[in-house]
Amino acid sequence: MDKTINVTLKIWRQAGPKAKGEFITYKMDNVSTDSSFLEMLDVLNEKLVKEHKEPVAFDHDCREGICGMCSLYINGHPHGKDSETTTCQLHMRRFKDGETITVEPWRSAAFPVIKDLMVDRGAYDKIIQAGGYVSISTGGVPDANAIPISKDIADEAMDAATCIGCGACAAACKNGSAMLFVAAKVSQLALLPQGKVEAARRAKAMVAKMDELGFGNCTNTGACEAECPKAVSITHIARLNREFLKAKFKD
Amino acid sequence: MWLIDSSIGRKFIMSITGAFLVLFLIFHSLMNIVVIISPEGYNAICEFLGANWYAVVGTIVLAAGFVIHIVYALYLTLQNMRARGKQRYDVSENQKSVEWSSQNMFVLGVIVLGFLVLHFYNFWYKMQFAELTGIQTGLFDPANGAAYVSDLFSSWIYCVVYIVWLVALWFHLTHGVWSALHTLGWNNKTWMPRVKMISNIVSTIVILMFMSIPVYYLFS
Ligand code: HEM
Ligand code: FES
Repeated sequence: MDKTINVTLKIWRQAGPKAKGEFITYKMDNVSTDSSFLEMLDVLNEKLVKEHKEPVAFDHDCREGICGMCSLYINGHPHGKDSETTTCQLHMRRFKDGETITVEPWRSAAFPVIKDLMVDRGAYDKIIQAGGYVSISTGGVPDANAIPISKDIADEAMDAATCIGCGACAAACKNGSAMLFVAAKVSQLALLPQGKVEAARRAKAMVAKMDELGFGNCTNTGACEAECPKAVSITHIARLNREFLKAKFKD
Repeated sequence: MWLIDSSIGRKFIMSITGAFLVLFLIFHSLMNIVVIISPEGYNAICEFLGANWYAVVGTIVLAAGFVIHIVYALYLTLQNMRARGKQRYDVSENQKSVEWSSQNMFVLGVIVLGFLVLHFYNFWYKMQFAELTGIQTGLFDPANGAAYVSDLFSSWIYCVVYIVWLVALWFHLTHGVWSALHTLGWNNKTWMPRVKMISNIVSTIVILMFMSIPVYYLFS
């Protein structure tokens, strides 16, 4: 038997980047607890379309927690209250019958709202373009024994590489800082031989871009790590600080 | 200049000045507890420091550290508010793992600064300032630190005021010490719990040493 609940949604509606936004309340009855949060929003949008109203704009793509496209600040938490889940992995069974759910877009000066719950996260792409890559083709996957890398280092690089660039870190940060994202991207490459060569240049370029785009200064609160759907550790931020300071003192 | 233009550069200045102030506090607290053990010994330290050139140079360097720390605190905090944007969340819930002090460093700093002004009036103005200018600003000889301490703390209100001040400073330090190490890059997964532990131990010892004085006078 399908269990269903009734919830009230308080959703941020904003017609465009310059328009004034406001919260609109929608009643959702008989929501299956087996449906995902985004499926529930799909049902709402179908209803709105049938009523000839504008559907709620929100970002999503893979719906399996790997692309980083979904966002939403749900009841005071990016990607909802559950730890280590993206919004697309959040299910309605996590909500109580009769609950009011407040849904807001990411709020950070560097992530302006495009429409409703959709924000422009192009700033993260620009940071990647500033240096979040290895400049030459390093060929296919090398044999495991060709370049020996210790398990600790490989694990650490892999943990950093799990970052999906969703923006929850900056959205959760009281300082609007993108440090966790930048730290993950710098770490994943700086730890491995292919990326180490350009580590200094990369750290400087990516931090410079991050600052230029108006992200804040990290005060090590750790809110980012707590809200990160991939639980990327703030110890990567210590590594970024190290890489950056080392590079600057060498100049 | 990257120490002004880049976020990590600014944080570097914040952590260096903060760590410097912590070192000063360790010295200051060690010096202070002497007043409980031996008022004469304490006065000898006051005499030794006084308005001698090394004490004056030390004071100027210390003041510079404070000013830079505070100027950067203002600059960083304003920038962070701007980065957050005008539109705030309607519903926002704190994460359990986030220390309260880490989100209130500026408020704690302002509280610390407010009491610091009072502290300057209570002691510095009557001691080093009096000695430097030759103006008699207090009741006792400028080098008679022990007399000033016991006079001030004969009032229980002052004891409580100083204890409240130290509690605010404790909160600032429990986050500040590990955060400074983290900012300097001295942290990783293994060290994270250790660095936080060091931070708690250092701040607690320093604050307990300071606090023992008003507590001692309160009960004697
Ligand atoms: C005895 C006095 C003080 C000591 C020992 C001290 C120490 C520290 C330390 C060690 C940090 C950590 C730096 C980092 O995160 O890298 C810090 C941060 C901070 N302090 Fe202080 N501080 C003192 C007074 C003040 C005052 C008077 C203010 C402001 C009016 C202030 C405002 C701040 C702020 C806003 C931060 C956070 C900055 C950031 O993380 O970006 N502090 N302090
Ligand atoms: S939609 Fe791809 S991670 Fe959520």
